[in-house]
Amino acid sequence: MSGIRSLVALIAIAAAVHSAAAAERSITLASTTSVEASGLLANILPQFTAKSGITVNVVAQGTGKALDTARRGDADLLLVHDPEAERQFMDEGHGATRRQIAWNDFVIVGPSTDPAHIRGGNDSVAALKSIASAQAPFVSRGDKSGTNAAELRLWKAVGQTPDTLGKEKWYRDIGGGMGEALNVASAMSAYTLSDRGTWLSFNNKGSLVIAIEGDSRLINRYDVIELDPQKHAGSNLDVAKIFADWLVSPEGQQAIGAYQVKGQKLFNPSAADPK
Amino acid sequence: MCYADTGAFRLHDFFEIVGLSIGVSLAATALATVVSLPAGAALAIFPFRGRRLLVVLINALFGLPPVVVGLILYLALSRSGPLGFLQLLFTPAAMVIAQTLLAVPIITALVHRAGERAWARYGDELISDGASRAQSIPQILAIIRADLLTAILAGFGRTVSEVGAVILVGGNIRGLTRTMTTAIALQTSQGDLSLALALGAVLVGISISISAAAFALAGRARTAGSDEA
Repeated sequence: MSGIRSLVALIAIAAAVHSAAAAERSITLASTTSVEASGLLANILPQFTAKSGITVNVVAQGTGKALDTARRGDADLLLVHDPEAERQFMDEGHGATRRQIAWNDFVIVGPSTDPAHIRGGNDSVAALKSIASAQAPFVSRGDKSGTNAAELRLWKAVGQTPDTLGKEKWYRDIGGGMGEALNVASAMSAYTLSDRGTWLSFNNKGSLVIAIEGDSRLINRYDVIELDPQKHAGSNLDVAKIFADWLVSPEGQQAIGAYQVKGQKLFNPSAADPK
Repeated sequence: MCYADTGAFRLHDFFEIVGLSIGVSLAATALATVVSLPAGAALAIFPFRGRRLLVVLINALFGLPPVVVGLILYLALSRSGPLGFLQLLFTPAAMVIAQTLLAVPIITALVHRAGERAWARYGDELISDGASRAQSIPQILAIIRADLLTAILAGFGRTVSEVGAVILVGGNIRGLTRTMTTAIALQTSQGDLSLALALGAVLVGISISISAAAFALAGRARTAGSDEA
């Protein structure tokens, strides 16, 4: 029966695909969404793979989830951007080394009509205060990502917590990635906090413009974390180390710094001089 | 291509994504078919305690939320989970398993429905011809072969179109586990709505073509087999 024959062929193909993927040298990198959504990894990984023959499989999840994925042993390496959550991860003994590879900054974006009258400033905390008192719509990632954590730290400085914010009608917690948050903000003319990389490469800005930038509290640091060999013996840590070392090497740093979208540099390499 | 500079999407990626989507869904549908055809027929033929309940359960699983299947499978396949030693998380194989789990209840339930009708009509005849109930399974499947195709296509439609399970267990890894549905989700999140829509059109086109082709083939099979019936 031809059905059985094609079935056997399909299973053989599936098995071949699987074993081919396993046979190559490859690692699973759990990363923040911003390094993927901004196009950075798609741009620099081919350079690394061409040189090393190592395939880097990127699971882009947002920092909180990426750290959890690594805790469960499902990743070989981390590329994340939430200093507090990373410190906790290291304190738990999951990480071996944590090195900064680059930084850029967060921006507060909002509708060009600027209902909270914050545009042009650089004080992010004062801006959030104005948004709250104007009750202007604000979109929160609400997904425990690095950007979400940065946003909540800023709100804390205004005296707002997730609990108090959750009661506000103008505060929209969408539980989604940066792109989803920008899509929602664009659709409902709301403010939101975005990393600059995702913002620059985002193609559905609508009437959104940058409202606040240049605040030192808006610095966004990206770290590569190697996992602890005792806790994560099953992971592919030797191969992961090759990629981690490449990211902080002059060559990797050069590749990161060379990446541009629409003529703008998205990430400032900072391995030699961490911010 | 204007997206090439961001590395976000190239033609090569496109063919890879479409190929993987179809490959994974066909594999899952094939596996589900192997399980569901005999299971659905047996369910129609063998009387046993709790059969009614099982039938209700399988029909209820029609609406199994893919994201729940994805989550349970994710926890099972995680290296700290019970099946972690298989190292299948974030591989195409994990997506095949997830989609198989989603397709089995659909195909089984549809086969059972058709099989029940056929058994009511031909069951006594088959038994009096000396066939055991087990031997009747292939006979019943042959009688309802036109319904089998509908069942299998329903299973394929379910697998090729779902996103919740494959994005969890596959991880949407570029070049490895990125399917059409997860690519659409990603392009949407990058604000590339037109590209997402174009991929959506391809997804619709492919699933319609496969269904139409299969339906046409079945039409031929029906005509060819009509003199037996």
